[in-house]
Amino acid sequence: MSKLLSVQGMSHYFGGLKAVSDFTFDVPEGVIYGLIGPNGSGKTTTFNLITGIYTPTQGRIYFDGKEITGRKPFRIVQGGIARTFQNLRIFGNLTVLDNIRVARHYSVKSGLFSSLCRLPRFKQEEREVREEAMRLIRLMNLETRAHDQAKNLPYGDLRRLEIARAMATKPRLVLLDEPAAGMNPRETENLMALIRRVRDEFKITVLLIEHHMKLVMNVCERVKVIDFGETIAEGDPRIVANDPKVLEAYLGRGGAGC
Amino acid sequence: MDKFNLPRLLITTVAFWLIVTLLSLDSVNILNGYVLVVIERCLIFVILASSLNLVNGIIGQFSMGHMGFAAVGAYVSGTITTLWLKLPPPDPGVWISFPILIFMGAIIVGGVFAAGVGLLIGFPSLRLKGDYLAIVTLGFGEIIRTILNNIDYVGGPRGLLGIPKFSSFTIICLFALLVIVLLRNLVHCSHGRAMLSIRENELASELCGVDTTRYKVMGFVIGAFCAGIGGGLLAHLLTLAHPTQFGFMPSALVLIMVYAGGMGSITGSIVAAFTLTILSEGLRSAIDYIPVFKIGAMTIRIGTEWVMVVYAVLLILIMLYRTEGIMGMREAKLLIIEDKQ
Repeated sequence: MSKLLSVQGMSHYFGGLKAVSDFTFDVPEGVIYGLIGPNGSGKTTTFNLITGIYTPTQGRIYFDGKEITGRKPFRIVQGGIARTFQNLRIFGNLTVLDNIRVARHYSVKSGLFSSLCRLPRFKQEEREVREEAMRLIRLMNLETRAHDQAKNLPYGDLRRLEIARAMATKPRLVLLDEPAAGMNPRETENLMALIRRVRDEFKITVLLIEHHMKLVMNVCERVKVIDFGETIAEGDPRIVANDPKVLEAYLGRGGAGC
Repeated sequence: MDKFNLPRLLITTVAFWLIVTLLSLDSVNILNGYVLVVIERCLIFVILASSLNLVNGIIGQFSMGHMGFAAVGAYVSGTITTLWLKLPPPDPGVWISFPILIFMGAIIVGGVFAAGVGLLIGFPSLRLKGDYLAIVTLGFGEIIRTILNNIDYVGGPRGLLGIPKFSSFTIICLFALLVIVLLRNLVHCSHGRAMLSIRENELASELCGVDTTRYKVMGFVIGAFCAGIGGGLLAHLLTLAHPTQFGFMPSALVLIMVYAGGMGSITGSIVAAFTLTILSEGLRSAIDYIPVFKIGAMTIRIGTEWVMVVYAVLLILIMLYRTEGIMGMREAKLLIIEDKQ
């Protein structure tokens, strides 16, 4: 398997605070990769660094063999990395359909002129974009809410909408920041199936942050445990879960299986 | 799709145009010249308010110097028609003639210049996140007024006088329709959705692959273009362009229209432009009936400047009791392009 994402010696400081320190890891193409660690261990910062919201103080990030360190976020997204947010960032006043269509925007070819004049070619393209968006909406079981304002949706639906929106950018790698946060057990079950479908049907590599250990153990094929920006363990989830260092730092002494 | 919508908007506008034109015919004379000018002003403010709404309501940035762009449009088009070409005023009965076409061209050129200035201002300030645009545009509005005050070629503080009265009701209607259709089509296309997403959440928008700086600048420039058109029409309606017409107070008035109408609602801007323009004309004549107070040796005279106080109170009341404005984010059916299949 080839490396899709490769992070090498990445460090990031907020002033004197070391958020991520000398971080190195590779995400092979086609796996579901889990990044776990206690609160404040630098997981979300890692996501922010990969997606270009922050520029790393040190180190390099490669995506598909090309360096993407310091690129603007929208360029990185256009290059094939999409993400969701820990605390949802939905376009609340737009409809569910429009939320997804925004993410299709960058590949739309119609220029401003043909859009404003609503030329036939533009209308054709609009139909295609709409069809693609509706397909994603159906995949997420949101078709009854397609024309509702996103802010009126329940929390679980919003989580799925965000995943759909990330997928609409046609990524090769999707970063999910705590996708199961706030979900009930049944929703979590469905989410696990969904994550596997994303990988199997759409051939999208998944990198996820999660606190929900059951989800991590079930779907992730590889995990990396970090604490205070440093790697504690890496590898198969079942082996990592029994690593004494992990138990101590993350699960708490004797807290395995929570 | 939108098969029926453009004609419906067109029919509404034509009906409005027909009614006003018929009622203002000399033989009918229900609407006299004064009322007609008020309606024409309303339509110009429709252009100005809805184009500011693109910047403030649709992209969610905060521009405070919209009239500065109107000033550019007014002075550029006024210079072309008055100082360079010295066009004679058109005969009132003539619908279309060569000078009228030149005038329309001059209005567009004014809009293009305003758009150019918009690019110059928008590009550096919109790259930053936060309230920089408000500060820069506020300064710009004052700078443009000061510059115009000091250019003798366009009349300095006296203003540019003797502009031929080319802005007929028909032409203003035409431009207003053009601007509204432009904005409506923009909202209902991929580029417009990108702009809306910036208002909703700039970071998420960027992480959906939207080049947020580009779309903020693009919307700002389109807004400036429309404001330039509005300013050009205003100058050719009032037959003069004066620096104070484009100062902070008129900019604030347009801003109030946007907020009163509803952020992001073109319909709201249209309704508010009509309401507030008519209100201001009404207040202007009503103030004449207020007697002069005498308290001891002090004389209190209520002048027309008090109209602005009424606006300020109105804005406070809107913010307190109807935060979302008259229309909220809703649009009239005419201005929606349905995409149900």
